[in-house]
Amino acid sequence: MADAMEQLYQQVILDHARARQGEGELAEYGGESFQLNPTCGDQVTLRVQLDEDRETIQALGWTGQGCSISQASLSVMYELVIEQKVTRAAELGEHFRELMAARGQELDPARLEALDDASAFTGVARYPARIKCALLGWMALRDALAQAQVGA
Amino acid sequence: MLNPDTLKADFPLLGRTVRGGKPLVYLDSGATAQKPQPVIDAELAFYAQSNAAVHRGAHQLAEEATEAYELARAAVANFVGAAEDEIVWTKNATEALNLVAHGFLNASLAASAKTTGGGPASTVVSDAAQQRYRLQAGDEIVVSEAEHHANLVPWQQLAAKTGATLRWIGLTDEGRLDPETYSVIGPRTRILAITHASNVTGAITDVAELVRRARDVGAYVVLDACQTAAHMPVDLHALDVDFAAFSAHKMVGPTGVGALFGKRELLEDLPPFLTGGSMVEVVTMESTSFMPPPQRFEAGTQMVAQVVGFRAAVEYLSALGMDQVAAHEAEMAQLMIDGIADVPGVRLLGPQDSADRLAVVAFEVESVHPHDVGQVLDSLGVAVRVGHHCAQPIHRRLGVHASARASAGVYTTAADVEAFIAGLHEVRRFFGFAESAAPAARGGV
Ligand SMILES: Cc1ncc(COP(=O)(O)O)c(C=O)c1O
Repeated sequence: MADAMEQLYQQVILDHARARQGEGELAEYGGESFQLNPTCGDQVTLRVQLDEDRETIQALGWTGQGCSISQASLSVMYELVIEQKVTRAAELGEHFRELMAARGQELDPARLEALDDASAFTGVARYPARIKCALLGWMALRDALAQAQVGA
Repeated sequence: MLNPDTLKADFPLLGRTVRGGKPLVYLDSGATAQKPQPVIDAELAFYAQSNAAVHRGAHQLAEEATEAYELARAAVANFVGAAEDEIVWTKNATEALNLVAHGFLNASLAASAKTTGGGPASTVVSDAAQQRYRLQAGDEIVVSEAEHHANLVPWQQLAAKTGATLRWIGLTDEGRLDPETYSVIGPRTRILAITHASNVTGAITDVAELVRRARDVGAYVVLDACQTAAHMPVDLHALDVDFAAFSAHKMVGPTGVGALFGKRELLEDLPPFLTGGSMVEVVTMESTSFMPPPQRFEAGTQMVAQVVGFRAAVEYLSALGMDQVAAHEAEMAQLMIDGIADVPGVRLLGPQDSADRLAVVAFEVESVHPHDVGQVLDSLGVAVRVGHHCAQPIHRRLGVHASARASAGVYTTAADVEAFIAGLHEVRRFFGFAESAAPAARGGV
Protein backbone atom coordinates (compact mmCIF):
# COMPACT_ATOMS: atom_id res chain seq x y z
CA MET A 1 0.00 0.00 0.00
CA ALA A 2 2.81 2.33 0.90
CA ASP A 3 3.70 3.10 -2.72
CA ALA A 4 0.22 3.77 -4.02
CA MET A 5 -0.67 5.87 -1.01
CA GLU A 6 2.55 7.83 -1.11
CA GLN A 7 1.97 8.57 -4.78
CA LEU A 8 -1.49 9.82 -3.98
CA TYR A 9 -0.65 11.71 -0.84
CA GLN A 10 2.48 13.51 -2.03
CA GLN A 11 4.33 15.37 0.70
CA VAL A 12 3.30 18.65 -0.97
CA ILE A 13 -0.32 17.68 -0.49
CA LEU A 14 0.13 16.70 3.14
CA ASP A 15 2.02 19.92 3.83
CA HIS A 16 -0.64 22.10 2.24
CA ALA A 17 -3.43 20.21 3.99
CA ARG A 18 -1.76 20.99 7.29
CA ALA A 19 -0.61 24.57 6.70
CA ARG A 20 -3.41 25.87 4.53
CA GLN A 21 -2.85 29.02 2.48
CA GLY A 22 -5.64 31.47 1.88
CA GLU A 23 -7.89 30.01 4.54
CA GLY A 24 -9.98 32.66 6.21
CA GLU A 25 -13.00 34.81 5.64
CA LEU A 26 -12.70 37.80 3.32
CA ALA A 27 -14.71 40.78 4.59
CA GLU A 28 -14.72 42.70 1.30
CA TYR A 29 -15.35 40.76 -1.83
CA GLY A 30 -16.85 41.03 -5.27
CA GLY A 31 -17.70 37.40 -5.83
CA GLU A 32 -18.57 34.45 -3.61
CA SER A 33 -19.22 30.79 -4.24
CA PHE A 34 -20.37 27.92 -2.07
CA GLN A 35 -19.53 24.44 -3.33
CA LEU A 36 -20.49 21.10 -1.88
CA ASN A 37 -19.33 17.60 -2.63
CA PRO A 38 -22.44 15.66 -1.65
CA THR A 39 -20.79 12.24 -1.64
CA CYS A 40 -18.59 13.03 1.32
CA GLY A 41 -19.95 16.31 2.61
CA ASP A 42 -16.88 18.41 1.81
CA GLN A 43 -17.77 22.07 1.46
CA VAL A 44 -16.15 25.39 0.81
CA THR A 45 -17.14 29.03 0.71
CA LEU A 46 -14.72 31.04 -1.37
CA ARG A 47 -14.62 34.80 -1.84
CA VAL A 48 -12.60 36.90 -4.28
CA GLN A 49 -11.88 40.58 -4.62
CA LEU A 50 -10.66 41.94 -7.95
CA ASP A 51 -8.82 45.19 -8.61
CA GLU A 52 -10.63 48.21 -10.01
CA ASP A 53 -10.21 47.08 -13.60
CA ARG A 54 -11.53 43.67 -12.65
CA GLU A 55 -8.51 42.07 -14.22
CA THR A 56 -6.44 40.92 -11.30
CA ILE A 57 -7.25 38.83 -8.22
CA GLN A 58 -6.41 41.15 -5.39
CA ALA A 59 -7.61 39.03 -2.50
CA LEU A 60 -8.97 35.53 -2.06
CA GLY A 61 -10.18 33.78 1.09
CA TRP A 62 -11.85 30.46 1.69
CA THR A 63 -13.46 28.63 4.59
CA GLY A 64 -14.83 25.15 4.79
CA GLN A 65 -14.01 21.64 5.72
CA GLY A 66 -13.06 18.56 3.87
CA CYS A 67 -10.55 15.84 3.23
CA SER A 68 -6.83 16.45 2.84
CA ILE A 69 -7.11 16.42 -0.96
CA SER A 70 -9.75 19.15 -1.11
CA GLN A 71 -8.05 21.27 1.53
CA ALA A 72 -4.62 20.96 -0.03
CA SER A 73 -6.00 21.71 -3.47
CA LEU A 74 -7.57 24.93 -2.21
CA SER A 75 -4.33 25.93 -0.55
CA VAL A 76 -2.22 25.26 -3.64
CA MET A 77 -4.74 27.04 -5.83
CA TYR A 78 -4.55 30.10 -3.60
CA GLU A 79 -0.81 30.32 -4.08
CA LEU A 80 -1.13 29.89 -7.83
CA VAL A 81 -3.75 32.54 -8.49
CA ILE A 82 -3.32 35.23 -5.88
CA GLU A 83 -2.32 38.51 -7.51
CA GLN A 84 -2.64 36.90 -10.93
CA LYS A 85 -4.74 38.02 -13.84
CA VAL A 86 -8.24 36.54 -14.00
CA THR A 87 -7.41 35.20 -17.45
CA ARG A 88 -4.34 33.44 -16.05
CA ALA A 89 -6.38 31.91 -13.23
CA ALA A 90 -8.88 30.63 -15.79
CA GLU A 91 -6.06 29.12 -17.83
CA LEU A 92 -4.57 27.38 -14.79
CA GLY A 93 -8.04 26.09 -13.91
CA GLU A 94 -8.26 24.55 -17.38
CA HIS A 95 -4.85 22.92 -17.00
CA PHE A 96 -5.89 21.50 -13.65
CA ARG A 97 -9.13 20.12 -15.10
CA GLU A 98 -7.12 18.49 -17.87
CA LEU A 99 -4.83 16.98 -15.27
CA MET A 100 -7.84 15.56 -13.44
CA ALA A 101 -9.16 14.07 -16.67
CA ALA A 102 -5.79 12.45 -17.48
CA ARG A 103 -6.27 9.34 -15.28
CA GLY A 104 -2.85 9.74 -13.72
CA GLN A 105 -0.90 10.53 -16.91
CA GLU A 106 1.32 13.58 -16.74
CA LEU A 107 0.54 16.64 -18.86
CA ASP A 108 3.12 18.13 -21.20
CA PRO A 109 6.06 19.82 -19.44
CA ALA A 110 4.88 23.37 -20.12
CA ARG A 111 1.53 22.89 -18.50
CA LEU A 112 2.95 20.84 -15.66
CA GLU A 113 5.37 23.60 -14.91
CA ALA A 114 2.61 26.18 -14.98
CA LEU A 115 0.70 24.11 -12.44
CA ASP A 116 3.71 24.08 -10.13
CA ASP A 117 2.67 22.50 -6.77
CA ALA A 118 -0.69 21.59 -8.27
CA SER A 119 1.09 19.01 -10.42
CA ALA A 120 1.42 16.95 -7.24
CA PHE A 121 -2.24 16.06 -7.75
CA THR A 122 -1.43 13.94 -10.82
CA GLY A 123 -1.98 10.74 -8.83
CA VAL A 124 -5.38 11.89 -7.58
CA ALA A 125 -6.76 11.49 -11.09
CA ARG A 126 -6.35 7.72 -10.70
CA TYR A 127 -9.10 7.71 -8.07
CA PRO A 128 -12.36 8.83 -9.68
CA ALA A 129 -14.00 9.45 -6.30
CA ARG A 130 -11.27 11.89 -5.32
CA ILE A 131 -11.26 14.02 -8.46
CA LYS A 132 -14.27 15.93 -7.16
CA CYS A 133 -12.37 16.65 -3.94
CA ALA A 134 -9.44 18.12 -5.85
CA LEU A 135 -11.72 20.16 -8.10
CA LEU A 136 -13.89 21.60 -5.34
CA GLY A 137 -11.80 24.75 -4.90
CA TRP A 138 -11.33 25.29 -8.63
CA MET A 139 -15.10 25.07 -9.17
CA ALA A 140 -15.62 27.65 -6.45
CA LEU A 141 -12.98 29.91 -7.97
CA ARG A 142 -14.47 29.80 -11.44
CA ASP A 143 -17.91 30.59 -10.06
CA ALA A 144 -16.75 33.39 -7.75
CA LEU A 145 -14.66 35.01 -10.51
CA ALA A 146 -17.61 35.00 -12.90
CA GLN A 147 -19.65 36.83 -10.29
CA ALA A 148 -16.92 39.27 -9.46
CA GLN A 149 -16.58 40.19 -13.13
CA VAL A 150 -20.23 40.92 -13.73
CA GLY A 151 -21.01 42.19 -10.20
CA ALA A 152 -22.16 45.73 -9.49
CA MET B 1 -23.27 -22.01 14.93
CA LEU B 2 -23.06 -20.29 11.57
CA ASN B 3 -19.59 -20.66 10.13
CA PRO B 4 -18.65 -17.56 8.11
CA ASP B 5 -15.42 -19.13 6.88
CA THR B 6 -17.19 -21.84 4.90
CA LEU B 7 -20.08 -19.55 4.08
CA LYS B 8 -17.78 -17.08 2.34
CA ALA B 9 -17.31 -19.59 -0.44
CA ASP B 10 -20.97 -19.07 -1.39
CA PHE B 11 -20.21 -15.47 -2.35
CA PRO B 12 -18.09 -15.43 -5.52
CA LEU B 13 -17.24 -11.75 -5.31
CA LEU B 14 -15.65 -12.15 -1.89
CA GLY B 15 -12.97 -14.29 -3.51
CA ARG B 16 -11.62 -11.45 -5.65
CA THR B 17 -8.71 -9.17 -4.94
CA VAL B 18 -8.55 -5.38 -5.12
CA ARG B 19 -5.91 -2.64 -5.42
CA GLY B 20 -3.10 -4.72 -6.80
CA GLY B 21 -3.76 -8.15 -5.38
CA LYS B 22 -5.04 -7.46 -1.87
CA PRO B 23 -7.68 -9.91 -0.68
CA LEU B 24 -10.97 -8.07 -0.32
CA VAL B 25 -12.21 -7.32 3.19
CA TYR B 26 -15.75 -6.17 2.55
CA LEU B 27 -17.15 -4.15 5.45
CA ASP B 28 -19.78 -2.17 3.59
CA SER B 29 -22.74 -4.52 3.85
CA GLY B 30 -24.76 -1.72 5.41
CA ALA B 31 -24.71 -0.03 2.02
CA THR B 32 -25.30 -3.17 0.02
CA ALA B 33 -24.61 -6.85 0.65
CA GLN B 34 -22.74 -9.22 -1.64
CA LYS B 35 -24.74 -11.99 -3.31
CA PRO B 36 -24.48 -15.73 -2.77
CA GLN B 37 -24.38 -18.09 -5.76
CA PRO B 38 -27.98 -19.32 -5.26
CA VAL B 39 -29.26 -15.75 -5.75
CA ILE B 40 -27.16 -15.26 -8.87
CA ASP B 41 -28.27 -18.68 -10.14
CA ALA B 42 -31.95 -17.92 -9.52
CA GLU B 43 -31.81 -14.77 -11.61
CA LEU B 44 -29.85 -16.53 -14.33
CA ALA B 45 -32.24 -19.48 -14.39
CA PHE B 46 -35.22 -17.18 -14.67
CA TYR B 47 -33.75 -15.45 -17.72
CA ALA B 48 -32.57 -18.71 -19.23
CA GLN B 49 -35.83 -20.61 -18.68
CA SER B 50 -38.92 -18.65 -17.71
CA ASN B 51 -38.56 -15.03 -18.74
CA ALA B 52 -41.89 -13.38 -19.55
CA ALA B 53 -43.99 -10.46 -18.38
CA VAL B 54 -46.24 -11.32 -15.43
CA HIS B 55 -50.00 -11.01 -15.06
CA ARG B 56 -50.36 -10.62 -18.82
CA GLY B 57 -50.53 -13.09 -21.65
CA ALA B 58 -51.84 -16.62 -21.74
CA HIS B 59 -48.76 -18.50 -22.87
CA GLN B 60 -46.88 -21.01 -20.77
CA LEU B 61 -43.95 -18.74 -20.07
CA ALA B 62 -46.26 -16.01 -18.79
CA GLU B 63 -47.83 -18.55 -16.47
CA GLU B 64 -44.47 -19.74 -15.19
CA ALA B 65 -43.18 -16.24 -14.69
CA THR B 66 -46.34 -15.16 -12.88
CA GLU B 67 -46.17 -18.16 -10.61
CA ALA B 68 -42.52 -17.50 -9.77
CA TYR B 69 -43.34 -13.86 -9.10
CA GLU B 70 -46.18 -14.69 -6.73
CA LEU B 71 -44.32 -17.52 -4.97
CA ALA B 72 -41.58 -15.01 -4.25
CA ARG B 73 -44.14 -12.69 -2.69
CA ALA B 74 -45.25 -15.49 -0.37
CA ALA B 75 -41.65 -16.31 0.56
CA VAL B 76 -40.69 -12.72 1.33
CA ALA B 77 -43.93 -12.15 3.26
CA ASN B 78 -43.22 -15.21 5.33
CA PHE B 79 -39.66 -14.04 5.97
CA VAL B 80 -40.82 -10.79 7.59
CA GLY B 81 -43.89 -12.16 9.36
CA ALA B 82 -46.45 -10.73 6.95
CA ALA B 83 -49.30 -12.14 4.86
CA GLU B 84 -48.79 -12.59 1.13
CA ASP B 85 -51.26 -9.90 0.13
CA GLU B 86 -49.55 -7.38 2.38
CA ILE B 87 -46.36 -7.24 0.30
CA VAL B 88 -45.98 -4.83 -2.62
CA TRP B 89 -42.91 -4.96 -4.87
CA THR B 90 -41.09 -1.69 -5.33
CA LYS B 91 -37.71 -0.87 -6.80
CA ASN B 92 -36.21 -0.29 -3.34
CA ALA B 93 -37.07 0.90 0.16
CA THR B 94 -36.90 4.51 -0.95
CA GLU B 95 -39.68 3.92 -3.44
CA ALA B 96 -41.71 2.02 -0.83
CA LEU B 97 -41.54 4.96 1.59
CA ASN B 98 -42.42 7.40 -1.19
CA LEU B 99 -45.35 5.18 -2.14
CA VAL B 100 -46.86 5.57 1.33
CA ALA B 101 -46.14 9.30 1.50
CA HIS B 102 -47.74 9.83 -1.92
CA GLY B 103 -50.77 7.80 -0.85
CA PHE B 104 -51.31 10.31 1.91
CA LEU B 105 -50.62 13.17 -0.49
CA ASN B 106 -53.06 11.96 -3.14
CA ALA B 107 -55.79 11.43 -0.55
CA SER B 108 -55.17 14.91 0.83
CA LEU B 109 -55.26 16.52 -2.61
CA ALA B 110 -58.50 14.71 -3.51
CA ALA B 111 -60.12 15.73 -0.25
CA SER B 112 -59.20 19.37 -0.63
CA ALA B 113 -60.29 19.36 -4.31
CA LYS B 114 -63.68 18.11 -3.16
CA THR B 115 -64.11 20.77 -0.48
CA THR B 116 -63.17 23.50 -2.93
CA GLY B 117 -65.52 22.04 -5.53
CA GLY B 118 -62.59 21.00 -7.69
CA GLY B 119 -62.42 18.60 -10.61
CA PRO B 120 -62.78 14.86 -10.93
CA ALA B 121 -59.97 13.98 -8.51
CA SER B 122 -62.48 12.60 -6.02
CA THR B 123 -63.57 9.91 -8.45
CA VAL B 124 -60.15 8.25 -8.39
CA VAL B 125 -59.59 8.46 -4.65
CA SER B 126 -62.26 6.72 -2.60
CA ASP B 127 -64.06 8.45 0.24
CA ALA B 128 -62.59 5.89 2.61
CA ALA B 129 -59.10 6.84 1.43
CA GLN B 130 -59.79 10.51 1.84
CA GLN B 131 -61.08 10.01 5.35
CA ARG B 132 -58.25 7.79 6.40
CA TYR B 133 -55.29 9.46 4.79
CA ARG B 134 -56.14 13.12 4.45
CA LEU B 135 -53.57 15.44 6.04
CA GLN B 136 -54.07 19.15 6.55
CA ALA B 137 -52.77 22.06 8.54
CA GLY B 138 -52.74 21.17 12.21
CA ASP B 139 -51.82 17.52 11.57
CA GLU B 140 -48.37 16.36 12.53
CA ILE B 141 -45.89 13.85 11.14
CA VAL B 142 -43.24 12.58 13.53
CA VAL B 143 -39.85 11.20 12.46
CA SER B 144 -36.54 10.98 14.32
CA GLU B 145 -33.24 12.76 13.97
CA ALA B 146 -31.64 9.39 13.21
CA GLU B 147 -33.47 8.83 9.93
CA HIS B 148 -31.85 7.96 6.64
CA HIS B 149 -32.80 10.64 4.11
CA ALA B 150 -35.14 8.05 2.52
CA ASN B 151 -37.32 8.13 5.63
CA LEU B 152 -37.04 11.85 6.20
CA VAL B 153 -37.24 13.75 2.91
CA PRO B 154 -40.52 12.16 1.69
CA TRP B 155 -42.20 13.17 4.99
CA GLN B 156 -40.72 16.63 4.85
CA GLN B 157 -42.15 16.96 1.35
CA LEU B 158 -45.52 15.59 2.40
CA ALA B 159 -45.72 18.07 5.26
CA ALA B 160 -44.80 20.97 2.99
CA LYS B 161 -47.41 19.99 0.40
CA THR B 162 -50.29 19.36 2.81
CA GLY B 163 -49.65 22.05 5.42
CA ALA B 164 -48.98 19.43 8.09
CA THR B 165 -46.12 19.98 10.54
CA LEU B 166 -43.02 17.78 10.71
CA ARG B 167 -41.76 17.08 14.21
CA TRP B 168 -39.01 14.78 15.38
CA ILE B 169 -37.79 12.62 18.19
CA GLY B 170 -34.36 13.76 19.36
CA LEU B 171 -31.27 11.70 20.09
CA THR B 172 -29.14 11.11 23.13
CA ASP B 173 -25.42 11.89 22.97
CA GLU B 174 -24.93 8.18 22.16
CA GLY B 175 -27.14 8.56 19.13
CA ARG B 176 -30.09 6.57 20.46
CA LEU B 177 -33.67 7.81 20.19
CA ASP B 178 -34.18 9.85 23.33
CA PRO B 179 -37.25 8.64 25.29
CA GLU B 180 -37.42 12.07 26.92
CA THR B 181 -38.51 13.44 23.54
CA TYR B 182 -41.14 10.75 22.79
CA SER B 183 -43.68 13.30 23.99
CA VAL B 184 -43.60 14.89 20.51
CA ILE B 185 -46.01 12.07 19.69
CA GLY B 186 -49.30 13.71 20.65
CA PRO B 187 -52.97 14.03 19.75
CA ARG B 188 -52.16 15.77 16.45
CA THR B 189 -49.75 13.06 15.28
CA ARG B 190 -51.09 11.24 12.21
CA ILE B 191 -47.93 9.44 11.09
CA LEU B 192 -44.93 8.16 13.01
CA ALA B 193 -42.16 7.24 10.54
CA ILE B 194 -39.22 5.71 12.30
CA THR B 195 -36.16 3.63 11.55
CA HIS B 196 -35.88 0.15 13.02
CA ALA B 197 -32.12 0.59 13.28
CA SER B 198 -29.82 3.47 12.41
CA ASN B 199 -27.58 2.94 9.40
CA VAL B 200 -24.97 5.13 11.10
CA THR B 201 -24.82 3.98 14.72
CA GLY B 202 -26.49 0.58 14.37
CA ALA B 203 -28.72 1.45 17.34
CA ILE B 204 -31.91 -0.62 17.34
CA THR B 205 -35.15 1.23 18.09
CA ASP B 206 -37.57 0.18 20.84
CA VAL B 207 -40.42 -0.19 18.37
CA ALA B 208 -42.92 -1.62 20.89
CA GLU B 209 -42.88 1.49 23.05
CA LEU B 210 -43.25 3.80 20.06
CA VAL B 211 -46.08 1.74 18.58
CA ARG B 212 -47.87 1.87 21.94
CA ARG B 213 -47.63 5.65 21.96
CA ALA B 214 -48.74 5.92 18.34
CA ARG B 215 -51.75 3.69 19.03
CA ASP B 216 -52.73 5.87 21.98
CA VAL B 217 -53.10 8.83 19.64
CA GLY B 218 -54.35 6.95 16.58
CA ALA B 219 -51.28 7.56 14.42
CA TYR B 220 -50.06 5.24 11.67
CA VAL B 221 -46.63 3.72 12.16
CA VAL B 222 -44.24 3.45 9.20
CA LEU B 223 -41.12 1.41 9.92
CA ASP B 224 -37.89 1.68 7.93
CA ALA B 225 -36.69 -1.90 8.27
CA CYS B 226 -33.86 -1.54 5.75
CA GLN B 227 -31.03 -2.29 8.14
CA THR B 228 -32.77 -4.82 10.38
CA ALA B 229 -34.40 -7.10 7.80
CA ALA B 230 -31.01 -8.40 6.71
CA HIS B 231 -29.46 -8.84 10.12
CA MET B 232 -32.00 -10.04 12.68
CA PRO B 233 -35.36 -11.80 12.83
CA VAL B 234 -38.11 -9.32 11.93
CA ASP B 235 -41.78 -10.12 12.56
CA LEU B 236 -43.87 -7.23 11.27
CA HIS B 237 -47.13 -8.61 12.64
CA ALA B 238 -45.61 -8.99 16.10
CA LEU B 239 -44.21 -5.45 15.88
CA ASP B 240 -47.72 -4.34 14.90
CA VAL B 241 -46.53 -1.57 12.56
CA ASP B 242 -48.84 -0.35 9.79
CA PHE B 243 -46.32 -0.02 6.98
CA ALA B 244 -42.70 -1.11 6.59
CA ALA B 245 -40.05 -0.79 3.89
CA PHE B 246 -36.96 -2.82 3.02
CA SER B 247 -34.62 -3.43 0.08
CA ALA B 248 -33.51 -6.80 -1.29
CA HIS B 249 -29.99 -5.63 -2.06
CA LYS B 250 -29.13 -5.25 1.63
CA MET B 251 -30.48 -8.76 2.28
CA VAL B 252 -28.01 -10.60 -0.01
CA GLY B 253 -30.62 -10.20 -2.77
CA PRO B 254 -30.56 -8.37 -6.12
CA THR B 255 -30.61 -4.63 -6.70
CA GLY B 256 -33.71 -3.22 -8.36
CA VAL B 257 -36.25 -4.73 -6.00
CA GLY B 258 -37.57 -3.86 -2.57
CA ALA B 259 -40.82 -4.20 -0.77
CA LEU B 260 -43.50 -2.28 1.00
CA PHE B 261 -45.40 -4.03 3.74
CA GLY B 262 -48.85 -2.63 4.55
CA LYS B 263 -51.62 -4.05 6.69
CA ARG B 264 -54.21 -5.39 4.29
CA GLU B 265 -57.05 -3.02 5.20
CA LEU B 266 -54.68 -0.06 4.97
CA LEU B 267 -53.42 -1.05 1.52
CA GLU B 268 -57.07 -1.49 0.43
CA ASP B 269 -57.71 2.20 1.07
CA LEU B 270 -54.36 3.60 -0.03
CA PRO B 271 -54.52 5.54 -3.32
CA PRO B 272 -52.02 4.50 -6.01
CA PHE B 273 -48.64 6.18 -6.42
CA LEU B 274 -47.47 5.35 -9.97
CA THR B 275 -50.24 4.78 -12.50
CA GLY B 276 -50.30 3.11 -15.90
CA GLY B 277 -50.44 -0.45 -17.18
CA SER B 278 -51.00 -3.55 -15.06
CA MET B 279 -52.64 -1.73 -12.16
CA VAL B 280 -56.01 -0.87 -13.72
CA GLU B 281 -59.42 -2.48 -14.16
CA VAL B 282 -61.48 -0.37 -16.56
CA VAL B 283 -59.95 2.47 -18.53
CA THR B 284 -62.03 4.89 -20.59
CA MET B 285 -60.92 8.17 -22.07
CA GLU B 286 -62.45 9.91 -19.07
CA SER B 287 -61.47 7.82 -16.07
CA THR B 288 -59.93 4.66 -14.67
CA SER B 289 -60.66 2.19 -11.93
CA PHE B 290 -57.78 0.53 -10.15
CA MET B 291 -57.03 -3.03 -9.16
CA PRO B 292 -56.93 -4.10 -5.54
CA PRO B 293 -53.55 -4.24 -3.80
CA PRO B 294 -50.88 -5.35 -4.31
CA GLN B 295 -51.33 -4.94 -8.11
CA ARG B 296 -52.63 -1.40 -7.61
CA PHE B 297 -49.12 -0.42 -6.59
CA GLU B 298 -47.20 -2.39 -9.22
CA ALA B 299 -47.57 -0.23 -12.33
CA GLY B 300 -45.77 -1.16 -15.50
CA THR B 301 -43.60 -4.15 -16.37
CA GLN B 302 -42.08 -5.55 -13.22
CA MET B 303 -38.56 -6.59 -12.21
CA VAL B 304 -39.46 -10.27 -12.24
CA ALA B 305 -35.96 -11.73 -12.37
CA GLN B 306 -34.98 -9.63 -9.36
CA VAL B 307 -38.11 -10.65 -7.48
CA VAL B 308 -37.16 -14.27 -8.12
CA GLY B 309 -33.65 -13.52 -6.88
CA PHE B 310 -35.13 -11.89 -3.79
CA ARG B 311 -36.90 -15.14 -2.97
CA ALA B 312 -33.62 -17.03 -3.27
CA ALA B 313 -32.05 -14.48 -0.92
CA VAL B 314 -34.62 -14.87 1.85
CA GLU B 315 -34.44 -18.63 1.45
CA TYR B 316 -30.67 -18.43 1.79
CA LEU B 317 -30.96 -16.34 4.96
CA SER B 318 -33.73 -18.56 6.36
CA ALA B 319 -31.58 -21.63 5.86
CA LEU B 320 -28.85 -19.96 7.93
CA GLY B 321 -31.45 -18.97 10.51
CA MET B 322 -31.92 -15.32 11.35
CA ASP B 323 -31.27 -16.02 15.05
CA GLN B 324 -27.90 -17.43 14.07
CA VAL B 325 -27.23 -14.49 11.78
CA ALA B 326 -28.04 -12.04 14.57
CA ALA B 327 -25.86 -13.91 17.07
CA HIS B 328 -22.92 -14.04 14.66
CA GLU B 329 -23.18 -10.36 13.80
CA ALA B 330 -23.46 -9.41 17.49
CA GLU B 331 -20.10 -11.12 17.91
CA MET B 332 -18.67 -9.14 15.00
CA ALA B 333 -20.07 -5.93 16.49
CA GLN B 334 -18.33 -6.68 19.78
CA LEU B 335 -15.03 -7.38 17.99
CA MET B 336 -15.28 -4.11 16.07
CA ILE B 337 -16.14 -2.10 19.19
CA ASP B 338 -13.30 -3.65 21.20
CA GLY B 339 -10.86 -3.26 18.32
CA ILE B 340 -11.69 0.40 17.80
CA ALA B 341 -11.31 1.07 21.52
CA ASP B 342 -7.69 -0.09 21.24
CA VAL B 343 -6.71 2.28 18.44
CA PRO B 344 -5.46 5.60 19.81
CA GLY B 345 -7.25 8.63 18.44
CA VAL B 346 -10.22 6.71 17.08
CA ARG B 347 -13.65 7.49 18.49
CA LEU B 348 -16.69 5.30 18.08
CA LEU B 349 -19.84 7.28 17.25
CA GLY B 350 -23.05 5.98 18.74
CA PRO B 351 -23.63 3.39 21.45
CA GLN B 352 -20.40 2.27 23.08
CA ASP B 353 -21.56 -1.27 23.78
CA SER B 354 -23.05 -4.06 21.71
CA ALA B 355 -26.47 -4.19 23.38
CA ASP B 356 -29.43 -3.46 21.09
CA ARG B 357 -27.28 -2.64 18.10
CA LEU B 358 -26.33 -4.07 14.77
CA ALA B 359 -22.78 -4.63 13.53
CA VAL B 360 -22.74 -1.15 12.00
CA VAL B 361 -20.05 1.06 13.51
CA ALA B 362 -19.35 4.63 12.54
CA PHE B 363 -16.19 6.21 13.81
CA GLU B 364 -14.02 9.26 13.65
CA VAL B 365 -10.24 9.33 13.43
CA GLU B 366 -8.82 12.35 15.17
CA SER B 367 -7.33 14.85 12.68
CA VAL B 368 -7.87 12.61 9.67
CA HIS B 369 -10.85 13.20 7.41
CA PRO B 370 -13.10 10.15 6.84
CA HIS B 371 -12.40 10.26 3.11
CA ASP B 372 -8.69 9.92 3.80
CA VAL B 373 -9.36 7.15 6.32
CA GLY B 374 -11.35 5.26 3.70
CA GLN B 375 -8.64 5.75 1.09
CA VAL B 376 -5.88 4.24 3.21
CA LEU B 377 -8.12 1.34 4.30
CA ASP B 378 -9.01 0.79 0.64
CA SER B 379 -5.35 0.59 -0.29
CA LEU B 380 -5.15 -2.33 2.17
CA GLY B 381 -8.16 -4.02 0.60
CA VAL B 382 -10.56 -2.98 3.35
CA ALA B 383 -13.82 -1.52 2.00
CA VAL B 384 -15.70 0.81 4.35
CA ARG B 385 -18.13 3.62 3.68
CA VAL B 386 -17.19 7.28 4.13
CA GLY B 387 -19.29 10.42 4.15
CA HIS B 388 -22.62 11.05 5.80
CA HIS B 389 -24.24 7.78 4.71
CA CYS B 390 -27.41 9.57 3.55
CA ALA B 391 -28.07 10.68 7.11
CA GLN B 392 -26.87 14.25 7.58
CA PRO B 393 -28.99 15.21 10.63
CA ILE B 394 -27.62 12.46 12.86
CA HIS B 395 -24.07 13.47 11.98
CA ARG B 396 -24.86 17.06 12.88
CA ARG B 397 -26.35 15.85 16.16
CA LEU B 398 -23.23 13.81 16.93
CA GLY B 399 -21.10 16.86 16.19
CA VAL B 400 -19.29 15.60 13.10
CA HIS B 401 -19.53 16.54 9.42
CA ALA B 402 -18.98 13.02 8.19
CA SER B 403 -17.75 9.68 9.40
CA ALA B 404 -16.29 6.39 8.28
CA ARG B 405 -18.43 3.33 8.79
CA ALA B 406 -17.70 -0.38 8.91
CA SER B 407 -20.64 -2.75 8.68
CA ALA B 408 -20.72 -6.53 8.79
CA GLY B 409 -22.79 -9.16 7.03
CA VAL B 410 -23.41 -12.86 7.40
CA TYR B 411 -20.08 -13.59 5.72
CA THR B 412 -17.95 -11.31 7.90
CA THR B 413 -15.23 -13.14 9.82
CA ALA B 414 -13.12 -12.31 12.85
CA ALA B 415 -10.17 -12.17 10.43
CA ASP B 416 -11.98 -9.45 8.46
CA VAL B 417 -12.41 -7.40 11.61
CA GLU B 418 -8.74 -7.93 12.52
CA ALA B 419 -7.65 -6.69 9.09
CA PHE B 420 -9.85 -3.65 9.53
CA ILE B 421 -8.45 -2.82 12.96
CA ALA B 422 -4.88 -3.33 11.73
CA GLY B 423 -5.74 -0.95 8.89
CA LEU B 424 -6.93 1.67 11.36
CA HIS B 425 -3.57 1.57 13.12
CA GLU B 426 -1.99 2.02 9.71
CA VAL B 427 -4.17 5.05 8.94
CA ARG B 428 -2.86 6.82 12.00
CA ARG B 429 0.72 5.93 11.19
CA PHE B 430 0.42 7.00 7.57
CA PHE B 431 -0.80 10.45 8.46
CA GLY B 432 2.01 10.89 10.89
CA PHE B 433 0.56 10.05 14.25
CA ALA B 434 2.63 7.78 16.41
CA GLU B 435 0.80 5.13 18.40
CA SER B 436 0.88 7.52 21.31
CA ALA B 437 -1.43 10.48 20.76
CA ALA B 438 1.38 12.91 19.83
CA PRO B 439 1.86 13.71 16.13
CA ALA B 440 5.19 12.49 14.76
CA ALA B 441 7.46 13.80 12.01
CA ARG B 442 5.08 13.52 9.06
CA GLY B 443 2.61 15.82 10.74
CA GLY B 444 -1.14 15.47 11.02
CA VAL B 445 -3.58 16.48 8.33
C1 LIG C 1 -31.89 2.90 7.24
C2 LIG C 1 -32.03 2.98 5.75
N1 LIG C 1 -33.17 3.43 5.22
C3 LIG C 1 -33.36 3.51 3.89
C4 LIG C 1 -32.38 3.17 3.01
C5 LIG C 1 -32.64 3.30 1.54
O1 LIG C 1 -32.56 2.10 0.89
P1 LIG C 1 -32.53 2.07 -0.69
O2 LIG C 1 -31.43 2.97 -1.10
O3 LIG C 1 -32.27 0.65 -1.03
O4 LIG C 1 -33.87 2.54 -1.15
C6 LIG C 1 -31.16 2.70 3.51
C7 LIG C 1 -30.04 2.30 2.62
O5 LIG C 1 -29.32 3.05 2.05
C8 LIG C 1 -30.98 2.61 4.90
O6 LIG C 1 -29.82 2.19 5.44
